[in-house]
Amino acid sequence: MNHIWDFHGGIHPLENKTQSLSKAIVTAPIAPQLTLPLSQHIGAPAKAIVQVGDYVLKGQCIAEAVGPVSVPLHAPTSGTVIAIEQRTIPHASGLEDNCIVIETNGKDEWRARNPIADYTQLDKSMLIKIISDAGISGMGGAGFPTSIKLNTRDDTSIDTLILNATECEPYITADHSLMREYADEIASGVAILAKIIKPTKILFGIEDNKLDVVEGISAALAKHDFAVLTGLATEAEVITFPTKYPSGGEKQLIQILTGKEVPSGGLPAQLGIVCQNIGTAVAIHNAVCLDEPLISRITTVTGDAVNQPCNYHTLLGTPVEFLLAQSDYQENQSARLIMGGPMMGFALANTAVPVIKTSNCILAPTEQELPTPPPAQACIRCGMCAEACPASLLPQQLYWFAQGKELDKLEEHNIADCIECGACSYVCPSNIPLVQYYRASKVDIKQRKVDHQNAELAKERFDARQERLQRLEDEKIAARQARQAAAKLAAEKRGKEDVKSAAVEAAVERVKAKKAKGAQESTGSPETKEKENQANIIATESDDPIARAVAKRAAQQAEDAANPENKLVRAVASAEQRVSKSQTRVVDAEANNDENLALFKQAAEKAEAKLTSAQQALIDFRAQNSAQE
Amino acid sequence: MALMRITSPHAHNKQSTSDVMKLVLLATLPGVLALTVAFGWGTLINILLASIFGLGLEALALAARKRPIAFYLKDYSALVTAVLLGIALPPYSAWWILLTGMFFSIIVAKQLYGGLGYNPFNPAMVGYVVLLISFPIQMTTWAAPIELLPASISIPNLWESLLIALGFMQFPSVDGFTMATPLDLLRQNNALMIDDLKQQYSQIGDWGGTGWEWVSLGFLAGGLFLLYRKIFTWHAPISMLVALGLMSALFYDGGSSASSGSPSFQLLTGAAIFGAFFIVTDPVSSAVSNKGRIIYGAGIGILIFLIRKWGNYPDAVAFAVLLMNFAAPLIDHYTQPTTYGHSKKSK
Repeated sequence: MNHIWDFHGGIHPLENKTQSLSKAIVTAPIAPQLTLPLSQHIGAPAKAIVQVGDYVLKGQCIAEAVGPVSVPLHAPTSGTVIAIEQRTIPHASGLEDNCIVIETNGKDEWRARNPIADYTQLDKSMLIKIISDAGISGMGGAGFPTSIKLNTRDDTSIDTLILNATECEPYITADHSLMREYADEIASGVAILAKIIKPTKILFGIEDNKLDVVEGISAALAKHDFAVLTGLATEAEVITFPTKYPSGGEKQLIQILTGKEVPSGGLPAQLGIVCQNIGTAVAIHNAVCLDEPLISRITTVTGDAVNQPCNYHTLLGTPVEFLLAQSDYQENQSARLIMGGPMMGFALANTAVPVIKTSNCILAPTEQELPTPPPAQACIRCGMCAEACPASLLPQQLYWFAQGKELDKLEEHNIADCIECGACSYVCPSNIPLVQYYRASKVDIKQRKVDHQNAELAKERFDARQERLQRLEDEKIAARQARQAAAKLAAEKRGKEDVKSAAVEAAVERVKAKKAKGAQESTGSPETKEKENQANIIATESDDPIARAVAKRAAQQAEDAANPENKLVRAVASAEQRVSKSQTRVVDAEANNDENLALFKQAAEKAEAKLTSAQQALIDFRAQNSAQE
Repeated sequence: MALMRITSPHAHNKQSTSDVMKLVLLATLPGVLALTVAFGWGTLINILLASIFGLGLEALALAARKRPIAFYLKDYSALVTAVLLGIALPPYSAWWILLTGMFFSIIVAKQLYGGLGYNPFNPAMVGYVVLLISFPIQMTTWAAPIELLPASISIPNLWESLLIALGFMQFPSVDGFTMATPLDLLRQNNALMIDDLKQQYSQIGDWGGTGWEWVSLGFLAGGLFLLYRKIFTWHAPISMLVALGLMSALFYDGGSSASSGSPSFQLLTGAAIFGAFFIVTDPVSSAVSNKGRIIYGAGIGILIFLIRKWGNYPDAVAFAVLLMNFAAPLIDHYTQPTTYGHSKKSK
């Protein structure tokens, strides 16, 4: 017997599991319409590949995966696509998202299926491809694409496969009934998983409130020779442990079965562990051995507001109200509808939302069963929350900091490690919705990170600009010094001893020349001249920096009007600068293997094109001028 | 049909803050009973008057702060403060003592800081300390244990006790009716061996102070009941008692004239047990983590002994608690528990 460990905290809410376990799994009839959200998993939403009006067969792919973290979607039964539009999806915020709506025809007509005779002949990548194509994502709750979890890098060695059959949430019995009736399918799925990840240990974790299935599962697992499948001395073991919420949380289950803690922010794979839900194992069996994609699941319908609680084998996309009607739902007694369990499930906005890949339970409690929470009282820091927290956090302190929006303190107290299990809120004698505070704070922290990154970027840009301006200024000074040195040299050459007076003379001459030139140039329009003078005065004398800038620009414009060539020359100079800068960037990017290399190259080409056109414009202008002259 | 939209968790434990407070009140019963048996009706009158003043002042403060009065009174926290202060004060305290104490407890120490949950100091202890510093004579005049009173002195009945507290009646005989408390005796003693002291003064009993032994055991029973009901964890009260016991064992020199009494005397006399289970366990003003609560409790235990032995006051629970209230945020800072996934092992 494998040693088991305990995890900190945890609670023992009323289990309420017997209600839905009195009957065998019922296959739900086919609903007249199925609504299939394109995003039923974590990652990018799938992309529809059917059109309104298309006839689809059962199991036909109707939406394909987009990008690496995504899964495809299949038609749960035969029928016609009648809409691809925004519908309310099962989500805590009741938001709408793209859904494919199929009107079913009742024929339940399958597409051609090509089951694989012997999957043991397939290699890891082919099996993962089958799982990926079958649209399988984790069926325990989070809905992470299974193929990604299984596609571990070759350099991380996985030695432990954990099967999560804990189902620690009250009311839910989907996995329990699955184990009662589908033990062989589960074992077959486990065998395929073993073939893929080649663990040395397979741990099948069950809470001790489901002891009735242990024998069946053990017998089913014994039919497979895991050592042959993996080529290692692999053994599978069913491990039972005391019932305590939230022992089914991945991190908690790993701690119970191995005594190890998943590093904060890390993945179980770092410990050499892969954890899979048993519903997922069955889906894998169906995909590999039967060529049936993920189009149905077991969903518990329970709560005092339904007269016939039970587990349904239901097609994905089936409206919640359709399932509730099967169970004799008493609408007038139902205060709220919860998808998932009473601890982590979310309240549904309406009864039209569909069952999706992660919907393990529909809970319809009465007001007596789950009363409306009374108004929150003051936190007396009694510490019951800290006693209950499975992550060993200090919820009362987090609450304090969340109220004061002290995000640094929240991070210091590891709010990121909160798994939102709700144990703290459950025990809180003051009825404070603690988890709600943490959720909001986590979003605030995320937002602050984004803001911070943007600010950093802006600062970088500003610094680069300052540097550029400074460089230009330095160049100017250097040029001036060079001129002065030249003047000095020239004076010496002329044999004058009084260098200083020579410099002054030279300067005076320059000014005279300039004035004469200016007078000559701006004679055309006294108005322009006046403007220019005024602007020059403001540009040099005004205290207001904005006024100075505006005036400077006005002066330049006036000068440009007088001498259009200046503008073109400036344009060429700045274009040249841009070209050299973009080229250095390309070189840098090449050296650093920057992912934006292509973009930089594009920018460089653009800059070069601009330079050519600017040069051309200058040449044209000069040619024109000389022609006129 | 309008479906309720609230976030998880949807299930909730039935125990409320009011229930917690009610359990605390219930747990004081054995101790209060022992106090009444040992010293007469005085403590009950204390509690009665303190409760009336406490609830009245709380309601007044809530009204001034424009808060719903009934909602906050129903958390029973003002009543708990009143009962605890009523127990801590000498039996037959005058009404104005109680009123002043409750004013500083409820108005100054609690409501001015923002009400329940926001007070950095234990309200009952703030009230107690203000009274102790302001009215030392009244606060150190403790009724003598009934079993030690001469037969000639008639013990005031419930009605007479009330009249005494309200100032309409005098003690039957002030000299005969009150006595120095055992802790007082021990502090002032500098010539007698402990055993001689015990011979001479009947206030000192076999284990602790006469009468006090039973009071302490009463509060111990109540405290263990709360521990069993998981109203608080063992960390703070046990570490306080252990620290006090260790300190007194360390300085108990077999009972010389400089001795501070045996560990059992230190633990079973005065407010040590009452303080450990009903004052130190106040969650609002204590440290939050279990490790922090061990340090917090131990600090109180050590301070109690230091003040009892070398300080100017006979008993020291209130001062020790307030001093450690100051230290609680610092303790919290250094005793944050290791979060899942942060242990050195897994790094």
